[in-house]
This record gives sequence, C-alpha cells and structure tokens, in this order.
Amino acid sequence: MLFLFLLPSLFLRLALRCIRGQPRRKNERRRRVRTRLITALAAGLPLAASAQSQLNLTQGVTEVSNRVYDLHMTIFYICCVIGAIVFGAMFYSMWRHRKSKGYKPASFHENVKVEIAWTVIPFLILVGMAIPATSTLLAMEDTSEADVTVLVTGSQWKWHYKYLDRDVEYFSLLATPRQQIENRLDKGENYLLEVDRPLVIPTDTKVRFLITSDDVIHSWWVPDFAVKKDANPGFINEAWTKVDEPGIYRGQCAELCGKDHGFMPVVVIAKEPAEYQAWLDEQERMQREAKAEEQRLLAMSMSMDELMELGERVYLGNCAACHQPNGQGIPGVFPSLVGTEMMLNDINGHIDIVVNGKNGTAMQSFKNMLSLREIAAVVTYERNAWGNNTGDMVQAADVNAYVNE
Amino acid sequence: MAEKHEKYYVPASSPWPIVGAIGLGLIAFGAGHTVIESSKEIDGWGAEVLLAGLAVIVVMLFGWFRDQINESMAGLYSAQLSASYRQGMSWFIFSEVMFFAAFFGALFYARFIAVEWLGGASNNAMTNEILWPGFEAMWPLTETPGGIESGSMGWFGLPLYNTIILIVSSVTCHFAHVSLEKNKRTPLKLWLGATIILGCIFLYLQGWEYVHAYNELGLTLDSGIYGNTFYMLTGFHGMHVTLGTLMLIVMFFRVLKGHFTPDNHFAFQATSWYWHFVDVVWVCLFIFVYIL
Amino acid sequence: MSTVVGEMDHHDHHHAPTGISRWLFTTNHKDIGSLYLWFSFIMFLVGGSMAMVIRAELFQPGLQLVDPHFFNQMTTVHGLIMVFGAVMPAFTGLANWMIPMMIGAPDMALPRMNNWSFWILPFAFAILLASLFMEGGGPAFGWTFYAPLSTTYSGDSTALFVFSVHIMGISSIMGAINVIVTIMNMRAPGMTYMKMPLFVWTWFITAFLLIAVMPVLAGAVTMVLTDKYFGTSFFDAAGGGDPVMFQHIFWFFGHPEVYIMILPSFGIISAIIPAFSRKKLFGYASMVYATAAIAGLSFLVWAHHMFTTGMPVAAELFFMYCTMLISVPTGVKVFNWVATMWRGSMTFEVPMLFALAFVILFTIGGFSGLMLAITPIDFQYHDTYFVVAHFHYVLVSGAIFSIMAAAYYWLPKWTGHMYDTTLARWHFWTSLISVNVLFFPMHFAGLAGMPRRIPDYAVQFADINQIVSIGGFAFGLSQLIFLWVVIKCVRTGEKAPAKPWEGAEGLEWTVPSPAPYHTFETPPKVD
Ligand code: HEA
Ligand code: HEA
Ligand code: CUA
Ligand SMILES: [Cu+2]
Repeated sequence: MLFLFLLPSLFLRLALRCIRGQPRRKNERRRRVRTRLITALAAGLPLAASAQSQLNLTQGVTEVSNRVYDLHMTIFYICCVIGAIVFGAMFYSMWRHRKSKGYKPASFHENVKVEIAWTVIPFLILVGMAIPATSTLLAMEDTSEADVTVLVTGSQWKWHYKYLDRDVEYFSLLATPRQQIENRLDKGENYLLEVDRPLVIPTDTKVRFLITSDDVIHSWWVPDFAVKKDANPGFINEAWTKVDEPGIYRGQCAELCGKDHGFMPVVVIAKEPAEYQAWLDEQERMQREAKAEEQRLLAMSMSMDELMELGERVYLGNCAACHQPNGQGIPGVFPSLVGTEMMLNDINGHIDIVVNGKNGTAMQSFKNMLSLREIAAVVTYERNAWGNNTGDMVQAADVNAYVNE
Repeated sequence: MAEKHEKYYVPASSPWPIVGAIGLGLIAFGAGHTVIESSKEIDGWGAEVLLAGLAVIVVMLFGWFRDQINESMAGLYSAQLSASYRQGMSWFIFSEVMFFAAFFGALFYARFIAVEWLGGASNNAMTNEILWPGFEAMWPLTETPGGIESGSMGWFGLPLYNTIILIVSSVTCHFAHVSLEKNKRTPLKLWLGATIILGCIFLYLQGWEYVHAYNELGLTLDSGIYGNTFYMLTGFHGMHVTLGTLMLIVMFFRVLKGHFTPDNHFAFQATSWYWHFVDVVWVCLFIFVYIL
Repeated sequence: MSTVVGEMDHHDHHHAPTGISRWLFTTNHKDIGSLYLWFSFIMFLVGGSMAMVIRAELFQPGLQLVDPHFFNQMTTVHGLIMVFGAVMPAFTGLANWMIPMMIGAPDMALPRMNNWSFWILPFAFAILLASLFMEGGGPAFGWTFYAPLSTTYSGDSTALFVFSVHIMGISSIMGAINVIVTIMNMRAPGMTYMKMPLFVWTWFITAFLLIAVMPVLAGAVTMVLTDKYFGTSFFDAAGGGDPVMFQHIFWFFGHPEVYIMILPSFGIISAIIPAFSRKKLFGYASMVYATAAIAGLSFLVWAHHMFTTGMPVAAELFFMYCTMLISVPTGVKVFNWVATMWRGSMTFEVPMLFALAFVILFTIGGFSGLMLAITPIDFQYHDTYFVVAHFHYVLVSGAIFSIMAAAYYWLPKWTGHMYDTTLARWHFWTSLISVNVLFFPMHFAGLAGMPRRIPDYAVQFADINQIVSIGGFAFGLSQLIFLWVVIKCVRTGEKAPAKPWEGAEGLEWTVPSPAPYHTFETPPKVD
C-alpha cells in the first residue's frame, strides 16, 4: 500500500529532476538533527523524504513551529500505518478472494466483537492524538507576557505595521515589479514574496502581534513561525512568536481578500536585539524628521511637471491596482476616473475622497499612507491625465486642510 | 376501478411545476435586478420582471390547487396520499423553523458574543482598547461601536397585546379545526373568521409598531445590530403571518363553498399547522427579542 | 386534466408520453431522475471547464491568460457549480431513479413537486452563469462568500448570486422533502426500515440534513443581501455585528453540506461492493448507525473551518475534538466495506473498480481531513493547497467516483443496454491515474506554503503546479470518454437482462431492463 504514497512521490521527484536539472536551492533554515534522522530512516515515505526538497511542511524557526511540525509528522505517520493496514487487508482480499481464482464466498456478515474493536481502537488512537494537540494549542494561544507588541493591519492589498510602544509605523507593499508578473522580465528568486519594507522583530524575544484589518478579512501568515491569524475588520486577534535565529522569513496573505489576494506577501526580518534596537531608534528618528520636513514643505509649492511626475509614480503604485493604469477602472467594480463629474468639477470632493476614503467601499483613506505632497501630486495627476486636462494644480497645503479636518 | 383507492395516485403530467419554476426564475432574476437598480439609482425593468414572476406564481398556485381540489373531490386520494401531504407539510415547517433558527442564531451570537467582544470580553481586550475605546457592551445595543444611537423596544404594551392576540388566534384556529372534525359548519366559520380577524389585527398593530419605532424611537433597519435582528426577525415573522392569514382566508372561502369533510381536509389542517407554527415563532420572538 | 388521467386504464400508463412536453410536464420519477442526471453532467462539464481555466492559468507562474479578478470568479463559480450544480443534483437524480424502485413504490410521494424541484435548477444556474457576463463580472468571493468581501466589497452581481442561491435552496429543500416522505410513507409492505437498502438509508439521513441546513444557507445569503443593500450590519463591527458571525452561520450549513455530498456515496458503495464480492454487506446495522452518527456529529464541527479566525481556545478545542470523532463512524464504514470483501468472491467489473478506487482515495482524503482537524497544525494548512487536495480527494475521487460507479452499476437498468466495457475500463484507468496526478501533488504544494485562491505563485511552486495542471487536463479529457460511453449505451448496445450483475440484490433488479415507465404500481411483497 505504500506504493500508493510512494508512486506519486517518486514520479514527482523524477519529474522535478527532469524539469529543473539541478538540486534545489539550499534553504537557510535550521534543521534539527533528530528530524534529519527520521527523514533518512523514513526515506520511503514521500512527505518525509521530500522534506529536503521543500515539499513537506515548513519546520520553521521557533519552538512552537517545531512542535507543530512534529505533531504533523506524528499524525501523518499514524495515518500511514492505518492506511497500510486497511489497504493491505483490502488488496490481500482482492488478490486472494477473487472469483477468477475460484474462491467461494463466505457467508458471515456480522461480528459484534470485531465491530466493537474497530470502534474503540480508532477512538483510543484519536485520544492519543488529541493530547499533544491540546498542549501545543494551549502554548500557541498564550500571548501573555510579551516584550514587544506590533499592531498588524491588513488592507486591500498591503500590510501596515505599527510598533505600539514606539513612534514607528509604516506600510509594507509587494515589491515584485509588474513586468515580472506580466512575464516581461525574468522572475527573481523571491518572486511575489518580497516587499518594500519588511517587518523587523528582535530575536529571542516574545513578540506579540495584534492583528486586524481595515476592510475585508485577510490572514497574516508566516510559515516559519507557524503563525496564521485572520485579520478581521473591527476586531483584534492576537498571536505571538519567539524567533531563535536571525533571518528573513517569508509568508503570504492567507484569506481571499479580493483581486490582489495573491499579491500581498509578508516579510519579516528577525534581528539580534541590539541590532533591532538600533534599527528602531533610527526609524523613529527618520519618521519624526519626515513629519517635520513635511510641515516645512507645506509652504513650498511644486511645479506642474513635478506634480505630474510624482503623481504618476504614486498613482501606479497605489491606485492603479483598482482604477487601472489607464484610469478606466473595472466597470461595476472599481469606478473610472476619466471624464467623471468629480474629476472635472469637484476638486474638494476629490481631495477629500483620497484623504479620507469613502465609507463602505474599497476606497480607503490614504492620509496615513501617503505624504501630503504625494497626495497633492496624485490628485493633480488624476485631474490632468487621460484627457481629463483640467489644468488644476493641487499643493500640499491644500491637502493639509483636509487631513486636519 | 374497484381497487382505485388502494393505489397511490400519481398524476400523469402537469404543467404547473414548470410554470412555477419559470415564476421563481423570474422572481429571482427580477428581484436581483430590482435591488441592483435601486442601489445604483438607475432605471430598469427589474421590478417589472419581479412582478411578472409573482403573477406567474399566483397563476400557478391557482391552477395547481384547482387541480388538486378537483382530484380530491373526485375521490382519487387515498389515506396514504394524505399522509404524504401531511408529512411533506411537517417537514416544510421544519425547514421554516431552521430558517428562523439562522436569524435567532444571529441574534444570540450578536448579543452574547459579538457585542461582548467589542466591549472587550473574552480574548478581545485589545479590540475594545484599540479599536473601540469607550464602547461599552450592552443589550439592547442603543449605541453601536460606530456611534449610531437608537431607542429600544419594550415588551409591555403593544408587543404584549400582540402576543395575546396571536395566542388567542391559535386557540380559535384550533377550535375551528375541532369544529370541522365534528362537522359543525357554523362554529367552524365563526372560529375561522375570528382567527382571520385576529391575524389582521396583529398585522395592523405590528405595522403601527414599526411606524412608532421608526419615527419616535429612531430604531431603524440600519441602526445597528439590535435594529437588524429586531426587524429581520419580526419582519420575516410578519411576512409569515401575512401568508398564513391569506391561507386562512382561502380556507374560509373553501369552507363557504362546502369543501372539506371531517376526514378529508388536508389543506385546512396544513393551514392550521402553519398558523400554530407562526404563533410559536412569535412566542420565541416575544421572549428573546422583546423581554430578555 | 389530471382527473381524467387518473381514471385512465392501467395499460395506457406503460407508454411514456413523447415530445418536449414529456420532459416539461412530467411527474414520472424516472424521467425526472434522467433530467437531474443530465443536468448535473452538463454542470459538471461547465464547472470542469472553469477548473481548466484555473489550471491553465496556474500552469506557469506569472499572469498569462486571465486577470486576477476573473480568476477569482472562476474559482468561485467552479466551486458553486460543482457543489450545487453537479454533485447535489446527481445524487438527487439517483435518488429519483432508484429510491422508488428500491423500496417498491410506484413513484415519488409528491410527483408534481418533484418536477418543480428539478425545473428550478436550470433557471437558478442560468442566472448565476449569466451574472458572469455582467459589468464587473460575477461573484468573485469564493464559494464560501465570506463577508465583508461579499457585502461591502463585492460587485453588482451579488444580488443575483443571492437570489439564485435562494431558489437553488428551495429546489433542494423540496427535493429532500420528497425523498423523506417517499421513504417514510411509500415503502412496500414488509419493507421495514431495517430492511431498506443502504442507499435509501443514507439518502434518508441526507435529506434530513438538507432540510435542516439549506434554510440556514438561505438565512446567510439573506443577511449578505441586507448588509450589502439595505444598511444592516450583521457582519460589520461598527454596527455591533461581526464578520466572523457570517462564517459561523455559513459553516453551520457548510459542514453538513459536505456530508450531504458524501453520505449518498456511502450508500452507493454499500450496494456495489457486496454485489461484486457476492457476499452480504458486513455490518448492515452498524452502517446505519454510523451514518446517523456522522450526520449528528456534522452539526457540532462547523468551526473547524474557522480555526484561524481567533476563536477562544476553549471553542477551538471543542471543535477539534468533535471533528476528530467523526473519524470513528467513518472508519466503521471503511472497515465494514473491507470486511465485506474479505473472503468474498470478487470480480472487477467497472462499477466495482470505481467503488474500490473510492474506498482507497476517499480514505486518503479522510486522513488529510483528520490532519486538518488538529487545530495547531491546521494553522499551517489552512487556506493552502493542502485543503484543496483534501477536499478534492473526498469530492472528486469520492463523490464523483461514486456517482460514476452508480452510473455504471445502474446504466443497464436505465437504458436496457450493456455499455461498452472496454471504453468504460479506459475511462476508469485514465481517470484513476490522472486524478492522482491532479490532486496528490497539491498536498505538497500546500505543505510547502502555497495559498489557495491565488492566480499567481512564487517560483518554487512552479514544478508542482505544472504536474497538477497536466493531471487536470488529462482528467478532464478522460471524462469525455464517460460521455461517449453513456451516449453509446443509450443508443445501442447489447440487450441487458433484468439482473446483469450476478451478485446484485434489491428490488430494482426484479423489474425488466430498461425499467418500464411505471414500476410497482401494485406493491411487491417483501419477505
Ligand atoms: C465530501 C466532502 C467532504 C468530506 C467527506 C470531508 C471529510 C472530512 N473533512 Fe473536510 N472539507 C471538505 C469536504 C469534505 N470533508 C471541503 C469542501 C472543505 C473545504 C471547504 C472550503 O474551505 O472551501 C473541507 C475542509 C476541511 C477542513 C478545514 C480545513 C481548513 O480550511 O483549514 C477540515 C478541518 O478539520 C476538514 C476535516 C474533515 C474531516 C475530519 C473529515 C472526516 O469526515 C474524514 C473521516 C474519514 C477518515 C478519517 C478516513 C477513514 C477512517 C478510517 C480508516 C478509520 C481510522 C482512522 C483514524 C483513527 C485516523 N475538512
Ligand atoms: C464536487 C466538487 C468539485 C469537483 C468535481 C471539482 C473538480 C475539479 N477541481 Fe475543484 N473545487 C471545488 C469543488 C470541486 N472541484 C471547490 C468547492 C473549490 C473551492 C472553491 C473556492 O475556493 O471557493 C474548488 C477549487 C479548485 C481549485 C482551487 C482554485 C483556487 O484556490 O484558486 C482548483 C485548482 O486546481 C480546482 C481544480 C479542479 C479540477 C481540475 C477538477 C476536475 O476534476 C474537473 C474535471 C472535469 C472537467 C475538466 C470537465 C469535463 C471535460 C471537458 C468539458 C472537456 C474540456 C477539457 C479540457 C480542455 C481538458 N478546484
Ligand atoms: Cu489579503 Cu488575501
Ligand atoms: Cu467541514
């Protein structure tokens, strides 16, 4: 019966070798010796054997993730054994008790003792599984006594991180260039798993994540930590991790959240505590300065060319996912920006909707996401691109009025 | 055909089911478009299609029931067939119970879980602290986390009267049924008529209560989860009462025409079950929506 | 008009009416059964074609054929069509054809309503499919339509989706009422409950599940409708609601729903394995109790789909334990089947081949289900292709295979012809191999971290997806062989005897093949 499990895995590995022609990229993850042993011993079993080729569950880099991995392997092996017995009996019977061999059917069709046995034994096996499962679960759900707390907010289609005890917060967006997605450039190594600004956390520290959402449900998932928690709008879920090894850990949004659900990765960098502190201080300083700079720049105005250039960049980075690069939107889903009443005649409404969003729609508030200059630029851009040609110019100071409303 | 009554009656063919299917198709299509059109404030023909669908259903019901009444009067039905009808009706009522269960489930979840959690209960301390600071869990939810305020509904007064009215109507309906089984036609008509009148009064008062809730209490369909569950539960109940009353009225006319005998009155019995079911739902509503 | 017909003489009943009106106006359980079966097969092809779009887009990383929004529509409508349009109507079709014959009844208890249940379906699915062509496209929020993606953030077509689900629900409920009433009320004298074939038993319990949960689905879509269009906030925290509440209501329906899609399979397999083992089914009574236990438990496990939503840990534990428990009665069934084969006298006709494949592949799907049930590891599996692999094992190589097995088992009875067994064997073997190439590697993709419902993926999943897609195309093409076999069998073929299978048991084999238009107008005597 093993062949049932074996065959596809063999096939798969062969196929992999043919297609790739080279061994897989070494992963940087720590592997414990014990698992190596099990893996070697159980080389016949595909999931274990394939651990090396990243076909098995991620073992991860935390104590919890390792416990989860072990639990996964345990239950998998139990299932294999039960499968071997059940399918073994079945194939034996198919082989021996066939009519073509002249086998005459027996006439039994009940046996209370046997029936009780195969009700009770599986039950006991399940109890055996439930015990480690329960203790692992209790450990995973204990978010108390964390040293660092990060507020993680999902929105269509990016993550926002905010360090609760410090003045640091920022958005984290997919960094894979559009050309790679559209097959116009070769795909990089971390295709779809790279972001502009990863979350940074300290190692050897209990980090608590408070997870929520601004719009639909997302799910924040980092396989290496065995953390996956839904980001529910209006509610906060908690999760935690304690990473032993510095490194870069990649995950993805794991709840269908609309069009670009496949394009909102999670990247976490774990740094040594000292390094982390330095990074955090630096961030805090930079963000403070940026804010001050922004206030200072309020007085300055930009030229039309500057506005249009910056605006286009901001538009393509933040707006085009919905309203499309040509501003036409997707009829019935995302409104067009071309030639509409608001674009041509309602400059105040336009600034307002970009700054504050529109309740009950996918149009979110950008005031925390973009700088005043960027908002001014993108509004100017939208009012003058694609034949809108209103000639209107919006400056940071104009936008500021709406932000502080 | 001597053994006619032994045999299970299977009609050879009937146009009504497909008419009914067309009707439902039109209703679904029309209702969908009506909703879309009204939400986008555009003109369209959704409402026309919806009305056409309803008309088709009405025609279907008349045709179908006419056939059935004729068959029944022609004595084609056996005891086994009536048993099928009765069982079918009971399972239908069970499905209705489950429909209401979904909304009662929403009520209990909102009240004991969602609102409590928004107020910081269970594993949601941070939900309250960060997202809804200052929000306090309460029921009825007269101020939502988002800050919408509304009044709430007491149980004394109108709701209590309505409860009494419906319970009494259940009793009168039962008396009507008993009279029918004893073949006493005049009490039958009186009790049945009384039931119908009570049903109408209930509906009238319920409408009156809605107006009051909207205008004076500020309790509306969009004033948060308390109003939502209140209107959805009482609204669907009201729709069922309306349907039940219409069924009772049809029964009344059939009684006038001399239909039904003490041992062959499935339609009447089904209607009375339905009425009792509607009544039981109201009692649950009264307890869980109004009193508690 | 029916009054007249009712008076007609016995003999006239033997000829089926002809022309289109036969199908439109019919009250005959066999006609309606055929309608259901053909309808479900067409839906299988439509839903399958959408799966082919999915597989083609996922053949390589990068976006090549469709844009993400359309991809989501394909995923959503594929799931909806397969569940509500292919599997459920196929079972209802089988119920219509077989239950009256198995219990010695002249027809279904409520024949006109039966026809109504069927004819609602084409309208419901026409509306659903038509919405794909609307401005903004059709539903794109997954077959589970989680709020608020399906409310505030959904496209215009949502209202059409909601109403089409409403009428599908009406159809299912009426169909289920009919089945229950037929079974309770129409059994031939002597056909006690504990003598009923297991297919009848499993459908009896399935029908109960349907009546219990379809109205809840109706409630869920109604709340979606009012949240989106009428300003309620059932699923909106600002108004005191909770998006997770949607999931509770949906899965209260959804989990029993998946058993609705497997219990009748159990009945079919329990008919076929004894027939080709030439030995009575082992443990009849325990099969009945196990089915009932599965149905009962299915109301207590719904939140195993929601482990990552942040429920309190006590709730997670409760739902984990209950879910694990379902393995026990399901195991009883599997063991009973094996014990039935044990020391039987087996032959391997096509229905038996499918049944055997079912037992093995369903069990594999069950094992992955059990792994998913373990909350702490489900955190890793949830919303990855591991889940997709799990449910396709139980649905495709489970439910669909059992439907194929049923078709091959009863086709001679339905058409009066034997089918082309060589072609049928081809169908089996190509399906068996390709279905595993299609779904087995998905386990690996999921474990390695590929989320579901994504139109594009990281490069390390490329190889697996390529293999899966190839398996998918092969499996899809294999189903065309089935279509060919069926059409051939309907039109020509060796004349089938009343009982083409040596070991088969049951009243349906006592009537000639093809089964006459009306059977058991006078009830048979059951010992
Ligand atoms: C026919 C349909 C069907 C069936 C029968 C099942 C059967 C089971 N399913 Fe599955 N499931 C689905 C259809 C089905 N499922 C679908 C469609 C989804 C995804 C929905 C979506 O999100 O879109 C899903 C998702 C799903 C999840 C959620 C995963 C996630 O999203 O994170 C879980 C979690 O617990 C689960 C568990 C189970 C279990 C425990 C069983 C059990 O019933 C299995 C029991 C059987 C066995 C265990 C094998 C035989 C037993 C033995 C041989 C005895 C001995 C065994 C032991 C003691 C181990 N299923
Ligand atoms: C009974 C139910 C059922 C059945 C039978 C199937 C059958 C198949 N399913 Fe599906 N599936 C679901 C139920 C089902 N599925 C559900 C509930 C979901 C979840 C949806 C969601 O996430 O919301 C899902 C999701 C799902 C996904 C995940 C999508 C995603 O997450 O983005 C994929 C991906 O590969 C997939 C593939 C397939 C394939 C290849 C088949 C094949 O078995 C289909 C084979 C049939 C045919 C192909 C038709 C016959 C052939 C032709 C018409 C000829 C043309 C053929 C060629 C051109 C080759 N299904
Ligand atoms: Cu965010 Cu999926
Ligand atoms: Cu489930």
